[in-house]
Amino acid sequence: MIRAFSKLNITFACVFNQEKMITSLKMFYTSVGRKLIMALTGLFLCVFLLEHLYGNLQLYKIDGGKAFNEYTEFMTGNMFIRAVEFILFAGILVHALDGLMLTLANRKARPVRYAVSRQSQNSTWFSRNMGLTGSILFVFFVIHLREFFFAHRFGGATESMAASVANAFTTAWYASLYIVAMIILGFHLNHGFQSAFQTLGLSNHKYIKTWKCAGTVFALIMMIGFASVPVMLYFDFMGMSSNILGK
Amino acid sequence: MSETINVKLKIWRQKNTSDKGRFELYDMPGVSTHMSFLEMMDVLNDRLVREGKDPVAFDHDCREGICGMCSMYINGRAHGLLKGTTTCQLHMRHFENGETITIEPWRAEAFPVIKDLAVDRTAFEKIMQAGGYVSMNTGNAVDGNALPIEKVKADEAMDAASCIGCGACVASCKNASAMLFMSAKVSQLALLPQGEPERYVRVLKMMEAHDEAGFGSCTNTGACESECPKEISIAHIARFNRDYLTASVVSEK
Ligand code: FES
Repeated sequence: MIRAFSKLNITFACVFNQEKMITSLKMFYTSVGRKLIMALTGLFLCVFLLEHLYGNLQLYKIDGGKAFNEYTEFMTGNMFIRAVEFILFAGILVHALDGLMLTLANRKARPVRYAVSRQSQNSTWFSRNMGLTGSILFVFFVIHLREFFFAHRFGGATESMAASVANAFTTAWYASLYIVAMIILGFHLNHGFQSAFQTLGLSNHKYIKTWKCAGTVFALIMMIGFASVPVMLYFDFMGMSSNILGK
Repeated sequence: MSETINVKLKIWRQKNTSDKGRFELYDMPGVSTHMSFLEMMDVLNDRLVREGKDPVAFDHDCREGICGMCSMYINGRAHGLLKGTTTCQLHMRHFENGETITIEPWRAEAFPVIKDLAVDRTAFEKIMQAGGYVSMNTGNAVDGNALPIEKVKADEAMDAASCIGCGACVASCKNASAMLFMSAKVSQLALLPQGEPERYVRVLKMMEAHDEAGFGSCTNTGACESECPKEISIAHIARFNRDYLTASVVSEK
């Protein structure tokens, strides 16, 4: 027992002692390694966004929310998906925490700021404000979870998910909150998507432009795709909300 | 076009590393537009010496854009507003009559101010000492042309080698990261047969030295690339990242 414990201790010491740490683990502590974590979790979250968008677009079927409800039930009923859900939460938390740590560490790298700095002449606003857009998105994420995810999973909400969504988005301030958040998501993705490929070393003279282009296209699709739902519901275009709420 | 302009200089003055430092204003009447920026600074210093005052300390050497010594943050841009130019190649004709020009030193934790506009760039040296070399046994010199090198690779290595190590990348990066410098130094060696054998150990060692010096991490804003006087591409950073990840995974230690 004691031997097993000391063995475990040694393993721990090896993993967490920077001096002796094996190179492959040590890489996550370096400035490139931390970006690697951002890139991997970021791309993982991009895949999730695609899946989430696919779900949201079910509302366009104008079938009283049937397809959308079936989709959300499928997402909660399946054990495998429940497991992936944990990985997803972990991914979001790691992405946010690592991002916060990176921002703080990078500030320390320039303790005295410039009196005059014209950064807009050498880089995009999107690239310089990932910390800001990321923080806003995190706040939005918490609000979003509370409203839909927790209310249905743990709060015992009785109405269907489609009805919850339609009710929420026929409220002006709530719909606008979402639309603004989705614009910010677009800003975040516009830099983040291509940045991930650069960090992973999957870029070169030839591909740099391709990734940038792909990033902007991806950001636009996500922004327009997600924001279109609250717009449609609020203005009741195609009778989307009245169809669900049965008015 | 008028031959002379009047400008005001707002210059960062700092006695030594521990001094707090402050801006000081200097009037510069009748500056010839044909002067280089550093010549204008010489005129100012000449005047300060005559007045019995302390001249402004700034780094310079070749004054032809190849040594990488000059390092001024002019009006919010590293080496001033021109693309692909060092401070020594910047001329006064690019400034307006009556303009106030703000001049600051490179700002980074890893580049402490020595005096006024001169900063200590030993951190770059440390990165180079860590891995920016090729180990060779002595013996007869080998015929350089005996080693076949693909033209594209030779060109790419040459582009990387045009880095003069001035530190504009660090100065203009919002995170004060030295990734552009370091990746250029890695590319100039890794792409050639002589540097290939140590390709992976090199990146591991240089990465460690980079972080130890207090440089920030690269968030791919691309500011370095657009301010670099030698217009070195961030494609080198992608290559560095690729090599670094490979090295970390395949390392046997
Ligand atoms: S003084 Fe040598 S590059 Fe400017």
